Amino acid sequence: MNAWPFFLEALQVLALAALAPLFAGWVKMLKCWSQGRTTPGLYQPVRDLRKLFAKEVLMAENASWIFRFTPYLVFGTALLAGGVIPILSIDLPLARTADVIVFVALFAIARFFTALAGMDIGTAFGGMGSSREMTIASLAEPAMLMAIFTISLGSGTTSLAQIVSSIQSGQLLLRPSFAFALLAFVLIALAETGRIPVDNPATHLELTMIHEAMILEYSGRHLALIEWAGMMKLSLFCYLGIAAFFPWGIASSRDLRALGLALAALVLKLAGIGAGIVLIETGLAKMRIFRLTEFLGAAFLMATLGMLSFFILE
Amino acid sequence: MNIQPLQVAGIAIALLLAIVVLALIFQRSQRTAIAFSFTISAAASLLAALAGGLCVARGSVSTVTLLLGLPDLPFTMRLDPLAGFFLVVVGLLSLFVSIYSLGYVRGYLGQRSITRLAVFYALFLAGMFMVILANDALFFLVAWEVMAVASYFLVVFEDERVESRRAGFLYLVVAHVGAVAILLSFGIMAGLGTGFSGFAGYSFDAMRASTLPAGWATAAFLLAFFGFAAKAGVIPLHVWLPEAHPAAPSNVSALMSGVMLKTAIYGIVRVAFDLLRDAPWWWGAIILVLGLLSAVLGVLYALMQNDLKRLLAYSSVENVGIILVGVGLAMIFRSFDLNLLAALALTAGLYHALSHALFKGLLFMGAGAVLHATGERNMERLGGLIHRMPWTAALFLVGAVSISALPPLSGFVSEWLTFQAFLLSPSLPQPMMKLLIPMGAALLALTSALAAACFVKAFGVTFLGHWRGAPLARVHDADGAMRFGMLLAAISSLALGVFPPLVIDWMDAVTQQLVGMKIGSPVGGLGWLWLTPVAAQRASYSGGIVFLGLLLCIPAVYVLLHIRPEAIRRVPIWDCGFEKLTPRMQYTGTAFAMPLRRIFGFLFGIKERVRPVAYPGRSAYPSRIGYSLRVRDRVWSWCYEPIALVCFSLARKVGRLQQGRIQSYLIYSFVTIIVLLVFLR
Repeated sequence: MNAWPFFLEALQVLALAALAPLFAGWVKMLKCWSQGRTTPGLYQPVRDLRKLFAKEVLMAENASWIFRFTPYLVFGTALLAGGVIPILSIDLPLARTADVIVFVALFAIARFFTALAGMDIGTAFGGMGSSREMTIASLAEPAMLMAIFTISLGSGTTSLAQIVSSIQSGQLLLRPSFAFALLAFVLIALAETGRIPVDNPATHLELTMIHEAMILEYSGRHLALIEWAGMMKLSLFCYLGIAAFFPWGIASSRDLRALGLALAALVLKLAGIGAGIVLIETGLAKMRIFRLTEFLGAAFLMATLGMLSFFILE
Repeated sequence: MNIQPLQVAGIAIALLLAIVVLALIFQRSQRTAIAFSFTISAAASLLAALAGGLCVARGSVSTVTLLLGLPDLPFTMRLDPLAGFFLVVVGLLSLFVSIYSLGYVRGYLGQRSITRLAVFYALFLAGMFMVILANDALFFLVAWEVMAVASYFLVVFEDERVESRRAGFLYLVVAHVGAVAILLSFGIMAGLGTGFSGFAGYSFDAMRASTLPAGWATAAFLLAFFGFAAKAGVIPLHVWLPEAHPAAPSNVSALMSGVMLKTAIYGIVRVAFDLLRDAPWWWGAIILVLGLLSAVLGVLYALMQNDLKRLLAYSSVENVGIILVGVGLAMIFRSFDLNLLAALALTAGLYHALSHALFKGLLFMGAGAVLHATGERNMERLGGLIHRMPWTAALFLVGAVSISALPPLSGFVSEWLTFQAFLLSPSLPQPMMKLLIPMGAALLALTSALAAACFVKAFGVTFLGHWRGAPLARVHDADGAMRFGMLLAAISSLALGVFPPLVIDWMDAVTQQLVGMKIGSPVGGLGWLWLTPVAAQRASYSGGIVFLGLLLCIPAVYVLLHIRPEAIRRVPIWDCGFEKLTPRMQYTGTAFAMPLRRIFGFLFGIKERVRPVAYPGRSAYPSRIGYSLRVRDRVWSWCYEPIALVCFSLARKVGRLQQGRIQSYLIYSFVTIIVLLVFLR
C-alpha cells in the first residue's frame, strides 16, 4: 500500500487547520485597509486562539454534557470535512467516504449541536441565536443543494474529486448554468458562514447576533475550538467554491512539484476570495433578519435558473 | 435445518392471538398480565421479524391456505420478499416497543385496568402482521379492519378524556372511508380482471395474473391510493393523525406512527408494483407530488406544535411524505423502463420506511418516558430534563439526530439515496419531467433542514435549559425495561446509518421482485463499507468511515487539549452580565418557531392576540400582558369545513321531507310505488 495518499490527507488537514486563521486574518486586514484603519496584522486570529487555549474554562453551573461535547464535535466535523474535499490534490483516500451532499451535511451536524448548546444554558440569548441560526439554515439549505446539484448535473457526479477532475479535463467554457450556480453559491456561502449582510462576525450588540449569540457562554479552550472551527468553515466554503468553480491548479498527479504548484495556486485564490469578501462586506450593511428571506430567495432563484439553463442550453 | 419462514410468522400470529385469552385469564393479577402479555408480544414480534428477515435473505416465496374464510374463497397467506421486508419493519419496532411496554404500562397500575390495553395491543400487532401476509382481498380487508378497530380502542384507552374520544371518533371515520375505497379498488381489480365470475378473482394471485383495461386500472389505483393515503396520513387526508396518535398511550403511539403507517405504504407498493403492474408515469407523479406536499407541510406544522407527541405525529406526516417521494420516483422511472433507477428510488423509500419506524418509535418512546415521569406533554412546561433523565435525553437525542437526516445516523442514508435518485432524473426521456423533478430535490432539502430546526426545538426546549414547570421534584428517569427498549431502537438506528451497504444488500431481493433490478454491492464494487448506488465515479458514501472519523477526531482533540490537567470551573450563568435570570426568560417553543412562523405564515391559520392590561389610571404602563396564539391546520378550513357544510345543508334539505305527519309519509310511499310500477315494469 502506498503511503502517498495518506501523506496528502494529513497535509491537507494540516493545511486547512493552519491556513484557516491566516485567511481570517487576511480578511480582517483587508477590511481594515479598506476602511482606513490600522491592521492588527495577519497573525491576530492565531494570537487570539493561543490566548483562548491558555485560558481557564468557566462553565455555567447547569451546563450539561452537550455543552461540553459540542466544541469537540464542531471541530471534529470541520477536520473531517477538510479530509474529504480536494484542497491540494484529488488523490485522497477519504474522498470516497463522502460526496458533496455529505460534505454539506457535516456542517449541518455541527450546526445542530451548536444550536443545542445555545439552548443548553437556558438564557434568552442562546435560544434566540439557535432559533435564528436554524431558520436561516433551513432557508439556505435548499438553495445550497440546488446550486450543488447544478454542478453535479453538469459534471455527472456528486463526488467532489470527480467534479474537480471532470471540470479540469473539460474545455474552458463559459457555462451559463455554472455562472448562475456561482452567484447562488456566493450568496449562500455568505449566509452559511455568518458574514455581512446575514450576520456580523464582529458584532458586540447582542440583539443582532446570530452565531455569536449561541456561543456567548463559551470560554477558554471550548471557545477557541469553536472559533477555530468557524474559521475553518469559512475556508472550507472557499475550498468548496474553488473545487466546484475554479479547480485549476489542484494536483492530480503524484509529484511534489504539482503539489507545490497547487499550494501556490491555493494561496493566490484565497487572497482573491478574501478581497471579494471584503468588497461585499464593506459595500453592504447587515440586513434585518426578516429581509433574509428575500436574500436567500434570490439565491434559490439563481440556483434554479442555473439548473433550468443547464437543461435548456447545455 | 430447514425453517419455513411463513410457518414462523404463523406461529407469531398464533402467539399474539393467545395473548388475548391469556390477558383475560390473568385479569385479576394485573402485574402478571403485563409481564405475560408483553413478553409474549416481544417474542412473537421477534419471530415475525426473523421470519421476514429470512425470507428476504433467501428471496423465497411461499404460500399457505388457511382453514378459514368463505367456502369459495379460503384465506391464503403469502410471504414474499416485499411482505418479508415489512414484517421486519413491523416486527423489529414492535419487539422494542413490547420490551418498553413492560415498564411503561406499569404506570397505569392502580389507575385503571390494563386488560383492555393488553388485549387490543396484541390484536393490533396480529392485525398488522396479517395485513402484510394476506394474499387475498377478503383476508386483507378483515386484517385491515382488525388493525383499525384494535387501534381505535387503543386510542380511546384513556376514555375519560374528551379529546381522546373525539380523536378516536375522527380516526374511526377516516379509517372507514379509507377502507371503503380500498374495498372498491379490490372490487374493480377482482371483478374486471375475471369478468365477475365467482370469488376466485379476489385472490391476489388472480389479480396479478389478469390485466385490467387502462381506465379501470386507473380507477382501481386511485381508489386504492386514496384509501391507503388516508391511513398513511398523506396531506390532505392527515387530519386524524395528529389527533389520534398523541391521544393513545405512548407505546401505542410509537407503534401507530412507527409501523401502522407503514402498512399503508406496504399497501401502496403492493398495489402499484405487484397487483397492477404497468403503471403509467403520472401515477408516480401523483404520489411524488403528494409526497412532497406532505413532507414540507408536515414538517412546518410539526414546527408549530408545542405538544411533544403532536409534534412527533406531524413529523410522521412529513416522513411518510419522504417515503412516498421515493416510491413515486420509482414508479416514474419504472414506467420508462429505467429499472435500475427505479430500484434505487424504491430502495431509498423502503430504507426510509425501515429507519423511520425505528427512530420515530424511539422518539415516541422517549416522549412517553417524559410523559410518564412528569405527566406533561406540553414542552413549554418542561425543560432541563437532561439533568434529571439523562438516559432518556441521550436516547431521544439519537432519534432526533436520525430524523434530522444528519450523518452518520440512519435518516441521512435514505435521504442521500433519494437525492441520488433525484439527480438521476435527467435520464428520463420527457423534457418537462427533466426540468421539474429536480425541483423536488430542493423541497426535500427544505424538508430536512426544517426537520433539523424542528428537532432542535423539540430536544432543546424539552431537555435543555431550566425546568419551567411547577416546582415538583419527583421527576425520575425511565426504568430498566423502558430504557432497554429505547436503547435497542437507538442502536439499530445507528447500525442502519453506519452499515447501509449490508442492509441494502439484504434488501436487494425486494427490488429484484418488484422492478427486476438490484443496487447492492455488485454494482458499486467498492466493498461492504461504501454505499455506491450506481457507480463509484458517480457517488459514494461511507457512513461507517464518517462515524469512525468523528469517533477518532473528537477524542484525539480532547486528549490533545487535556495533556495539561486542568479542571473546568463551574460558575453562575454569565448571560452578558445579566443577573436576575429566571427559567421563564428562556426561549420557549413558541418563540423558537417564531421566525419560521412568520416566514411561512401564509400556510397556517394563525390567530395571534396581544392584550396589555393597563394599571388603572395609567394607560402607558401595562400591569400584565396577555398573549394568545392559535395556529390552525389550514386543511381544516380549506377541505373539511366546506365538506361538512355541504353535508349539513344537504341534510337540512333532505330533512324537509320529514315532517312528522303520517299522511305525507303515506303519500311518499304511494308515489314511490307508482313510480316504481311505471318505470320498472
